[in-house]
Amino acid sequence: MIELDRAGRSFKVKRNVVHAVRDLSFTVAPGEFVGYLGPNGAGKSTTIKMLCGILTPTSGTVRVAGLDPSRRRTTLARRIGVVFGQRTTLWWDLPLADSFELIRHLYRVERAAFRARLAELTETLDLGPFLRTPVRQLSLGQRMRGDLAAALLHAPEVLVLDEPTIGLDVVSKAGIRDFLARQNAERGTTVLLTTHDLGDIERLCRRVMVIDHGRLAFDGTLPELMATAPEQSSIEDVVTRLYTAGSAP
Amino acid sequence: MVSTYFLLIWTWTRSAAAYPVSFALMTVLGFLIAAIDVAVILVIFANTTSLAGFSRDEALFLYGASGLAFTICDTFVSNLDRTSQHIKAGTLDTFLIRPVSPWIQLAADRFMATRIGRILQAALVLGYAVAALGIGWDRAWMIPVMVVTGIVIFASLWTIAGAAQFLLTDAPEVVNAFTYGSSQLTQYPLSVYARDLVRGVTYVLPLAFVNWQPGLYVLGRDDPFGTPGFTRFLGPAAALVLALLAALIWRQGVRHYRSTGS
Repeated sequence: MIELDRAGRSFKVKRNVVHAVRDLSFTVAPGEFVGYLGPNGAGKSTTIKMLCGILTPTSGTVRVAGLDPSRRRTTLARRIGVVFGQRTTLWWDLPLADSFELIRHLYRVERAAFRARLAELTETLDLGPFLRTPVRQLSLGQRMRGDLAAALLHAPEVLVLDEPTIGLDVVSKAGIRDFLARQNAERGTTVLLTTHDLGDIERLCRRVMVIDHGRLAFDGTLPELMATAPEQSSIEDVVTRLYTAGSAP
Repeated sequence: MVSTYFLLIWTWTRSAAAYPVSFALMTVLGFLIAAIDVAVILVIFANTTSLAGFSRDEALFLYGASGLAFTICDTFVSNLDRTSQHIKAGTLDTFLIRPVSPWIQLAADRFMATRIGRILQAALVLGYAVAALGIGWDRAWMIPVMVVTGIVIFASLWTIAGAAQFLLTDAPEVVNAFTYGSSQLTQYPLSVYARDLVRGVTYVLPLAFVNWQPGLYVLGRDDPFGTPGFTRFLGPAAALVLALLAALIWRQGVRHYRSTGS
């Protein structure tokens, strides 16, 4: 479903070339739920932006759902759902329901399919109480649920989430995690999730990838990840070891 | 594509119409501010009977033709020149994940229906000039052609201005010289300008085809700069070339987008 082959992205900053991501290769099979970890500035967001075609890779190849994202961005957009935890994709001044209606047009979702999907998402994400509220008046937790629904209205095969639980309280987090787990289990949606909340990883991800300095530092199952450290270590310890090992010269 | 665009501008209009008084005031003010430009032309002709060889009504005709094309673009696509704001705010990312061209989404973003007052003003001036000059149908057919040509040329300029901001993220005002500057330039008969400048806006940046070259045909005049007669009809071709160039530059701009940090 997702294939990267020696993908890289560099930026020219003044006269220096900064490699945000370099020689990154991995494959995610359909139906997988993968956690994508890394310290700040490791290249997580850059990877995600290459996956949805926002950034063109400067080397190597990226394929999502069989398409080259940067060349077939709008075609791919119909098959991928993207959520940026740090910014909303909804229309700030419009009620949530109007944003959804616009999305229905933009993605050309059939009316009947849209109604069924919206009813399902409204129930599972409990959107009912604030469907008529303008997005700017929503709480962060409500907005994030709205953003998740917006990303899934067109029933994408792949869901890419960039820190979807950032800033949320425990209850909201739990709600979002349950929802994502169901989405993956019942609909078979492939999910790639970046997060700094290791609770997300423990609860959701069978497979974990760790990126550091633009390179893959670990790729395996959660038990395998735990096995890289002495026994009795918490997941925080394990991840801390990985992050700090990468920054050593 | 077109239906998506109109759906988006309708959405913005609806949210603006939530404040009806401000909506009405903005429309009327837009109309009045645009009228100042006409007042300037009328003041000039209060002191002289011709401007670089053109009568008052002929000058108003050229002004109206350029103004109509420009205000239509200013209303419907000018938000393209906010590309840099969207880049800085990170909102361009959200445009790029949707299955609709970011060009359409940017052009429609924060659409202001109140600018329609200015289109109306330009249309009135053009209508008045055509009536006052008594232009016959044998030449008036060129008027819709020149307005469409003008729209394509101005829209292309805005597209290039927007695309340039992918590089000039920190200097978005630079590009206004080309968009708003072009409108200012074409408000007067080009014969008021120096020959080299007019050459530049004929052969390099084809502004002369917005209203000057086709306008000379409508008015039945020879070009004071002596371009051959067939040049009057080159507008659509020039507009097409510029539009293709703009599309190419836009594509390159999007491909070289660097996004923001998070």
